[in-house]
Amino acid sequence: MCAMFWRNLVLGTILVTAASSSTQAAEFGRAASQEEIALWDIDVRPDGRGLPIGGGTAARGQVIFEQTCAACHGAGGQGGAKDRLVGGQGTLASAKPVKTVGSFWPYATSLFDYIRRAMPYPDPGSLTADETYAVTAYILSLNAIIPEDFVLSKENLAQVRMPNREGFVPDAEYIHIGNSR
Amino acid sequence: MLKRFSDPDRLSRRRFLTATAATAATAGGVIAAPATADTLADVPPRGPGDDLGAYSPRSPYVQIARIPEAAPGQRNVDPSAAINSKSPLDKFVGTITPTDLHYERSHSGVPNLDPSKHRVLVHGMVKQPLVLTLEDLRAMPSISRIAFLECTGNGWENWKSAPDTVTVQNTHGLVSTHEWTGVPLSFLIDLVGVDRASTWMLAEGDDGAAVARSIPLTDEIIAEGILAYGQNGEPLRPAHGFPVRLFLPGFEGNLNIKWLRRLKFGDQPFMTRWETARYTQLRPDGKARQFQLKQDVNSVITAPSGMMRIKPGSNRITGLAWSGHGRITRVEVSADGGATWAVAALTGPVLPKAQARFQHDWVWDGRPTKIVSRSTDEQGNVQPDRASFIAQVGTNALFHYSAQQTWGIDEAGHVRNVLA
Repeated sequence: MCAMFWRNLVLGTILVTAASSSTQAAEFGRAASQEEIALWDIDVRPDGRGLPIGGGTAARGQVIFEQTCAACHGAGGQGGAKDRLVGGQGTLASAKPVKTVGSFWPYATSLFDYIRRAMPYPDPGSLTADETYAVTAYILSLNAIIPEDFVLSKENLAQVRMPNREGFVPDAEYIHIGNSR
Repeated sequence: MLKRFSDPDRLSRRRFLTATAATAATAGGVIAAPATADTLADVPPRGPGDDLGAYSPRSPYVQIARIPEAAPGQRNVDPSAAINSKSPLDKFVGTITPTDLHYERSHSGVPNLDPSKHRVLVHGMVKQPLVLTLEDLRAMPSISRIAFLECTGNGWENWKSAPDTVTVQNTHGLVSTHEWTGVPLSFLIDLVGVDRASTWMLAEGDDGAAVARSIPLTDEIIAEGILAYGQNGEPLRPAHGFPVRLFLPGFEGNLNIKWLRRLKFGDQPFMTRWETARYTQLRPDGKARQFQLKQDVNSVITAPSGMMRIKPGSNRITGLAWSGHGRITRVEVSADGGATWAVAALTGPVLPKAQARFQHDWVWDGRPTKIVSRSTDEQGNVQPDRASFIAQVGTNALFHYSAQQTWGIDEAGHVRNVLA
């Protein structure tokens, strides 16, 4: 990779030194502190890495959902101006598949991550961690994936088994990533 | 300000005449209004023109615009309801898309970011996490590359039952070609000292949805990826990611994260909503194909195309071909619904992972027929006909439609969309 890069570019000397070792990295930009990385490091992986401290129940989530989500997603997540969140299980091979959190999403972590980063649409990032757990719990509960009284939390969210967990087939070339670095 | 000396009547007459002439000046035998300047004596006299300005506006006689859509078939909607805006392929010539007509697709509108306050955080499995400003990026070595960008939803009109009245803008307007300028991804990877065990990179935007995708660190992506801050020689437009976006030639549009604010290096895909619940393709068996990241070999005839009308005799067929797998090596055109094929001329430039223009001279005998193109890329991939394509992937995939596009022509010369 590196060799290709150098072959393809005519570079000034300052750039050559900048890329020659990481000790030169400060020539561009500045070091990021762990504290400021934490401000932006919002992604959550399927293994639960990235989940913040906190938790919530469907009952709490329902209150938040009705106030901030139902206008677009419908009462009980049945769909409205925007995506339906509930039902559709058993339709994926039919002529009219209904893709919802319950029928299609393979990871509960993706749901938490998406609500945290993108919802509610007019004011993304406005929910607290506890509120995000609660809304996630409500949507999972509506789909009968977790019991109504389940306390969803940092400790157990990654263990939630989604109905369509085995429903995805990645392209072979991206199952094991290799490169010549 | 200096005003023109020409009299208003003469000017308006000149404009009127030019307008009708411009409407008629379309390719081949496409039927349009007859020109009113029948003899040279009718051509308006010359005279002083308009003032020069800071920008060069289009001629008032040129009608060319994108079409915003809310969903397949929901066209010309209120901008607040639009989720994409399609390029008028039928009105383009050459291969480079005009900057303001490059297609748009966004998930939470178009943020107007102040570059002085924009930052790119690079972290994760790196020796030195960095915060970069736009100035930092512009101080780094840059490359420029002409390449296409295509929304994975391009062609979605035609999965099941598209109306016969759609135009090529409706069916294929989510692909465009620009020159992109920015910092090679490989330079940044070396700069921060990415751990050799890192295999995936999360790219995240600064839009309301913070759109985020996992990018596999293959040799191809490392060698060709760009943190782009320029398009067609100028800073990115806000709609296309100002002040900086990721650009990955040949890969599905959604991976090319606009308004880039964060790159995080890891050792597995992060499984965001967009790479699980959204941009995956349902197969007939109900399983979904995931990480189908390349845009496959594709082509479409842009003239004559949907809702145009031709007349018998000499017609020039022209269109665009592209492939995420490399350079287009061959485009064939059939004027009998796929029974026989002729090799079309590639007019050049023909660049890897860029749109190439083809043309083919054809004499229409006036009988109803179907015209269709198929492309081949340098890796030998051949664009499939629709029946073979559907037989393989079904009709529920929603994304990555790349079958041949057939246009039917009736006895009166009307050109219409045909699912064949």
